[in-house]
Amino acid sequence: MNPRLGLIDYGSGNLRSVTKALERVGAHVTRLSAGGRIPDFAALVLPGVGSFGDSVRQLHARRLFEPVQQWIREGRPFLGVCLGYQLLFERSEESPGVPGLGVLAGVVKRFTAGIPGALKVPHIGWNQVTWNHAVRERFTALPERAYVYFVHSYYPEPADASVVAGTAEYGTSFAAAIATKNVFATQFHPEKSQDAGLTILQEFVRSLA
Amino acid sequence: MHTKRIIPCLDVTAGRVVKGTRFLQLRDAGDPVECAMEYNRQGADELVFLDITASSDNRRTMIDVVERTAEQCFMPLTVGGGIREVADVRDMLLAGADKVSINTAAVFNPELISRCSDTFGVQCIVVAIDAKQTAPGHWTVYTHGGRKPTDLDAVSWARRVEQLGAGEILLTSMDADGTKDGFDVALNAAVSSAIGIPVIASGGAGRLEHFLAVLQEGKADAVLAASIFHFGEFTVQQAKAFLHAHGIEVRL
Repeated sequence: MNPRLGLIDYGSGNLRSVTKALERVGAHVTRLSAGGRIPDFAALVLPGVGSFGDSVRQLHARRLFEPVQQWIREGRPFLGVCLGYQLLFERSEESPGVPGLGVLAGVVKRFTAGIPGALKVPHIGWNQVTWNHAVRERFTALPERAYVYFVHSYYPEPADASVVAGTAEYGTSFAAAIATKNVFATQFHPEKSQDAGLTILQEFVRSLA
Repeated sequence: MHTKRIIPCLDVTAGRVVKGTRFLQLRDAGDPVECAMEYNRQGADELVFLDITASSDNRRTMIDVVERTAEQCFMPLTVGGGIREVADVRDMLLAGADKVSINTAAVFNPELISRCSDTFGVQCIVVAIDAKQTAPGHWTVYTHGGRKPTDLDAVSWARRVEQLGAGEILLTSMDADGTKDGFDVALNAAVSSAIGIPVIASGGAGRLEHFLAVLQEGKADAVLAASIFHFGEFTVQQAKAFLHAHGIEVRL
């Protein structure tokens, strides 16, 4: 039985890659590009690249903002990727004055300016995630300290540290992924992280069965 | 631990890999998708597709190559060549590219960089700089695939594009490109030390020691190479094992 996932389509660049990766691990993906009542999916998926403010505006313009917010608040399964992870928080230093979905408390911060010749920003490339015990019990096949692909200048800082599922180091230790009862979201791109990324998506899809 | 990246580059025209690759196990070594799958298997950290004809007729063909690759290879893809407008960037991102590289158009229309990064985010806009040494410690920017000189200094231009919103620099030495005698380490060190965004070193890879030199003394964040991998001289794994043995953090 392939779980049916609803993929929020608000013009995000990585929409197709996320769709293909989820299909590869056995999910059936339906795009959702306008608001109204959200069908009874096994989970909603929010992809995203681009700017925080633009994406919030796009979600409002397509009348998807409130339905997505409501879906998560009702405790239904949700997967966020990259900007789709950042949008869960209250606000971002990238777009001051633009409220995010606010289903998690905290702010999206910018890495301090890149250090010439050394630590560059954006953080682009493969880095290791250290998963916490709880998430490893839930997603048992998670590759331990596996390398995954990051490409970002901003990262969420959850107010409630207990939601952090995995951390990565880049000048500072940051929340590379979060997990709550119904929400799983990653700053890295599982759809671009070769076998390690597909395993992570497979674990999420498997957990819906 | 953050790692240095090894990036094979495929030159593509009319949907075919130019000069070809010599992977014996491939049915069609001129098919960019088959080549991409081989590099995916080898554990390449990213792939670059460079459209070397870069005519608008070719655009649709390139989109098709990116789409078919992204269906098979769940790895980061960068597309460059002939990107002139915001719409070109959008097409490539929607096809499955993660980053888009702008070269000549950025020189003639620098605002294109800010318009693209405002729309899609700094992280997906790569500015490609082709540079040639014109005096000791001085490199001039070239356009049109390295054929036409500009009056821009490579280090100042790199600083400028960073301010305009480039997220990364793909830095090719016109002097070293094709020689297999090693990267221009001084050029890479000069640019990488002047900016806060990552630099991908390109041009001149012939031996594995060349990667080591440009990542260490050249302060590059990633290395790009074509023929050294295409002709099977070294696999990506061999390059990574060599770098790892010499103390460079790579994804093994």
